[in-house]
Amino acid sequence: MDMHSFINFFLLPGIVQGSIYALGAIGITLVFAIMRYGHFAHGDLATFGAFIALAFTTVLGLSPYAALPLAVLATGVFAVALDRLFYAHLRAMPKIITTIASFGVALMLRSFVQVVWGVNTTSYTRGITRPENWFGIRVKSHEIVTLLVAIALVVALHLFLTRNKWGKAMRAMSDNPELALFSGVDNGKVIALTWIIAGGLCAASGFFLGLNTELKSLMGWNILLPTFAAAILGGVGRIEGAIVGGLIVGIAEELSVLVIPGEYKVMSAFGILLLVLLFRPTGLFRGKVL
Amino acid sequence: MEWITVLNYPVYLAIFICIYGCLAIGLNIQWGYAGLFNAGVAGFFAIGAYASAILTSPWAEGRLGGFDLPFPVGLVGAMLLAGLLAWPIGKICLRFRSDYLAIVTIGVAEGIRLVARSEEWLTNSARGISAIPRPFGDLPYAKAQLVYLGITALILLVAYVLVQRQAVSPWGRMMRAIRDNESAAQAMGKDVPYRRLEAFILGSALMGLAGALYVHLARTITPDAIDPMLITFLVWIMVILGGAGNNRGVLLGAIIVWVIWSTSEIVTDQLPSEYALKAKYGRMFLIGLLLQLVLRFRPEGILPEKLRKESREERPMGEQASATQATGNIIN
Repeated sequence: MDMHSFINFFLLPGIVQGSIYALGAIGITLVFAIMRYGHFAHGDLATFGAFIALAFTTVLGLSPYAALPLAVLATGVFAVALDRLFYAHLRAMPKIITTIASFGVALMLRSFVQVVWGVNTTSYTRGITRPENWFGIRVKSHEIVTLLVAIALVVALHLFLTRNKWGKAMRAMSDNPELALFSGVDNGKVIALTWIIAGGLCAASGFFLGLNTELKSLMGWNILLPTFAAAILGGVGRIEGAIVGGLIVGIAEELSVLVIPGEYKVMSAFGILLLVLLFRPTGLFRGKVL
Repeated sequence: MEWITVLNYPVYLAIFICIYGCLAIGLNIQWGYAGLFNAGVAGFFAIGAYASAILTSPWAEGRLGGFDLPFPVGLVGAMLLAGLLAWPIGKICLRFRSDYLAIVTIGVAEGIRLVARSEEWLTNSARGISAIPRPFGDLPYAKAQLVYLGITALILLVAYVLVQRQAVSPWGRMMRAIRDNESAAQAMGKDVPYRRLEAFILGSALMGLAGALYVHLARTITPDAIDPMLITFLVWIMVILGGAGNNRGVLLGAIIVWVIWSTSEIVTDQLPSEYALKAKYGRMFLIGLLLQLVLRFRPEGILPEKLRKESREERPMGEQASATQATGNIIN
């Protein structure tokens, strides 16, 4: 295998898929670290975001890229509403109860998508986009957009978490919720903010998954396992870990077809997850272990 | 024989209630007693179904099988294989909080589905395994169903009695202690990871048993016959609605949820076909909503777990008064 085919068939698709996982994994890691439960509706929330973007393109006639920011915003607000409706009243109970509730929310979101948009696959644009050829490296335009937007979102999030007052409050609550409360951090506002960010990133990951593959009601559920694997591989609560974890899982999935049959490609994330839990439960960047 | 055919639907319903009852008791051991979040119930169900199908079905071209073993061997094989699968999973995940177990068991269920889909030599992939024998399956339909109901009900009863005995024994108290306060139980010298593993394997074996009971009823199995999210979710709602930690409660939950789920299908099937499919997903939405409502308004379920404290309240008045006085004195 020469360098070009390695990049074209394995590395590049892996990086694109990996950045989709990374966008989802950031949300999972934030919820895990700040609210301290695994959010199992994350995949189906991504499906929801992707279909909301589809609704903007079909109903308002927008181009997919114009629909993206609207879908990100709508899903972020929707995530806050989900929290208020289904998770907020469970906060005093053991955290695992909220995890169970999120499992139910996943089912509800999926059924909602299936009732409204049906179960057939669809896509944002008709026709096939031809890859552009840059010195033998073939890359499609929507792949470049995926990478650029993912990088922009991550940089914006990083600046927010390190420079902004509310971003710092989020980090404080992740480190020590009681101490943050005593220092005057409004936990309720931080939780709402976390949901806006997690929901928005989730919609972005669903959108790019739909853009690079296709839209279907199970698309989000199918990326739940790799997204969680990415978050845990990176270390729970570590944004940079979620990004690196997402890229590793994405590239590992593409490379796995060299050693295991293609049908089991999706299980490579599962293998990574088991290995991390066995040998380094804190993840690459020393995150939390719940 | 007219009267017996009238019973066809209720009997069919009751058989499924017994199968789901088995699943619910299995999950109750894991969640109700040990606090373990198994999100891959369908995976253990599927592995039991396939294990029993392969062990008992006659020889067929191009796949493993032809053992033609009797029905009870299939059931035992299903339990053993499901338990065996649970062992390494539990070994890795039970050191952490249950969120990790949940995501890993989702992976297990997906993996089993992939194996069932792609390993032709083992499961005959998409065409599935057929001609699976059923005990007394040669009888006319209505009678055979009735007899099979008897068998599943008997197995469920045995499972219930055995699990209930464990639950009220010191073992049950120890499990609840581990669930409610891990560090305290550890300080009392309980081997927490080992006990959790025990509960996880036992519950998974019961789920495998339920899978075997299902496969001998359906007599055929394909990878798509088992909808992982749906089965897992129905069992969860049965346990939470009925009352986690109370075996009678989860059986009541199994009856209520299955009757609602199954009879609502009769209603939606009357709709014109373009709505019927959408109504199916609408029903799943309502099941999800039901879970949220139970968690919101009655998190302990219809028949809550009986704790020591409540049994004191049931004592005659005088005794209760002295008991509260006694505890009051200790506290003061």
